[in-house]
Amino acid sequence: MRRSMRLVALAVVPLLAALAWLQIAGAQQAPIKIGMIQPLSGPVAASGNYVRMGAEIGRDWVNAKGGVLGRKIDLLIEDNKSDPKEAASAAEKLIVRDNVVAMICCWGSSMTLAAMPKVEEYGIPLVVETSSAASITRRGNPWVFRISPPSEMEASGLESKLKALGIKQYDFLAVNTDWGRGAVTAFGDVLKKNGSSQGVVEYMDQAATDLNAQLTKVKASGSDTLMVTTSVEQITLILRQAQEQRLQRRIVTTGGSSSPSQLIKHAGPAANGSYHVLVFLPWFPEAHPDAKLARAFVDEWQKRGFPFDGLTEGFRGHDAVVTVAEGIRIAGKDDRRAIRDALWKVNVMGTNGPIRFEKDGPAGKESGQNKPLIFLVEIKDGQLTLPKIQ
Amino acid sequence: MDTLLQHLVNGLVLGGTYALLGIGLTLIFGLMSVVNFAHGEFYTLGAYAAFAALALAGLPFVAALLAAIAAGALLGALCERALLRPLRGHSIDTIMLVMIGVWIAMQNAELLAWGGVARSIPHPFPTAPLTLGPLNIAPLRLFVVLTAAALIGLAWLLIQKTRLGTAMRATFQDRDTAALMGVPIGKIHTVTFAFGSALAAAAGALLGPVFLAYPSMGDLASLKAFSVVILGGLGNFAGAALGGLLLGVAEELGAGYVSSGYRDAVGFVAIILVLLFRPAGLFARAERIG
Repeated sequence: MRRSMRLVALAVVPLLAALAWLQIAGAQQAPIKIGMIQPLSGPVAASGNYVRMGAEIGRDWVNAKGGVLGRKIDLLIEDNKSDPKEAASAAEKLIVRDNVVAMICCWGSSMTLAAMPKVEEYGIPLVVETSSAASITRRGNPWVFRISPPSEMEASGLESKLKALGIKQYDFLAVNTDWGRGAVTAFGDVLKKNGSSQGVVEYMDQAATDLNAQLTKVKASGSDTLMVTTSVEQITLILRQAQEQRLQRRIVTTGGSSSPSQLIKHAGPAANGSYHVLVFLPWFPEAHPDAKLARAFVDEWQKRGFPFDGLTEGFRGHDAVVTVAEGIRIAGKDDRRAIRDALWKVNVMGTNGPIRFEKDGPAGKESGQNKPLIFLVEIKDGQLTLPKIQ
Repeated sequence: MDTLLQHLVNGLVLGGTYALLGIGLTLIFGLMSVVNFAHGEFYTLGAYAAFAALALAGLPFVAALLAAIAAGALLGALCERALLRPLRGHSIDTIMLVMIGVWIAMQNAELLAWGGVARSIPHPFPTAPLTLGPLNIAPLRLFVVLTAAALIGLAWLLIQKTRLGTAMRATFQDRDTAALMGVPIGKIHTVTFAFGSALAAAAGALLGPVFLAYPSMGDLASLKAFSVVILGGLGNFAGAALGGLLLGVAEELGAGYVSSGYRDAVGFVAIILVLLFRPAGLFARAERIG
């Protein structure tokens, strides 16, 4: 009896050891999982899908070069349905069930803000690719790294250009979210500092389609410029309805996420004379520090049959993936805390320009903030131009 | 004063389409006791059908509108025959759950078929507005509100003046007696659901070119349709028509003079007030369908 026990032990122990070794070896080969949350359905679904497409290009490029740490990267993409509640539960799912090592999220500021407590709770680095609300990097969440410009950075980066437009009085029409309200304050401060006075400030629901009430009020204010912060779909409706009401205003959209070629297509002549704050210029790749990379991204996007209109969103997905991959490479292991610490050392070239993080927020608990390039473009006679005032 | 007039015009134009949405929903509820959560999806269907007919098949605008109405009626009839008829006699809760399922299925089918990117529906009207003194109105919007009024009129005539309408009203008043009198209840239900859905599709096809077509557009439309029906009284045709106009004007004035951020809240506060003081709806004593 004792002998047979020993025999069994002799057979089982090496078998278990072999199994354990296989598992470790398997883990080494398994792809590194990166989570991504985007609005893939709902009112801003188009934008979220473009970011996803860009991220997939980023992932494929990183993997084509051999991945990171000798392993491929895998993107696990969840839909937040353009809804902050869904963003929080999607974050929980990716962190707990899928065990991702880092996350990229969530397009809209309200959705990102809803997912942020989860990130801190579980201790996982988050790269914010689009959201502009100032509060994102000011909440003292040391796991947050933002590559997109907050509204204040857009406003101060464009100060000279806005000044050159000679705005005497402006009105603001913004989506009723953290992003919209943040933009009203940020751009309002810069405009007022430069001698412009404020007319009316109007808000709209993210899903609202009829904006005539707001535009009628704007019309009565007698200002010369209408500042607009919202998604490209609503900007289209505003341009069209402004034309229907004969609202003779210079329209300037903020947020860096509008797609002027989409506006030209959907709003037609109503888009003429409008200005748009942008972060990526697929029409003018040479405006970016690494023109070759910017051009290669535009070419790859078109080669995949993605709509050109989506490029002004899509580049963010690529840049976010590249940032996370570089963080993992510097960390040298797929450990959440190590990747967080490594993100501070990242200095990588994105399609917009170099990505590196500076500290922002309360001392000791700072978030990372990148300083991307910001541009102002004008639609003139159905064509896009970089105004001379650059 | 000029601004007030413009707000009123905007509100009436908006309200006309709310009315069209509300009438379809109220008919279906009144006649069939079906709480149609998928109503907004028929609105979306109408918009996409119009887009397909105009932008892809190149049909003229009016033909596209008719095609959208036909698509709404057809799918409505199909939905009634396949899903609602087998459930007749089941509790209202069961049917409600089925309609929520239809809503989710239709919305996701639209997302699958068309993608999440908003589509702009072409139309033949000039984009420059017609100007009447201080008032501006786009020719397309004028067409929309006139067509909506005509459709509401036609629906009213159908219900009041035709044999089919008489049968519908009889079914609404007392289903069992109507059945005993030889009214084919099954057919009346199919026709009613198809008719209500066709009205929603018409609203979608009319408003699609004004706004944009996207898969989740029906959610807001559903919400407005339910508001209108509650405002006007469940199953009340005239109530839905007036309720629609009232909601449009209330929202517009609320946004104009209270706060645009609370635009939808103004509409809902109005509904809460109505429910508090006239729980059966504003026009409860007005003529019901019949």
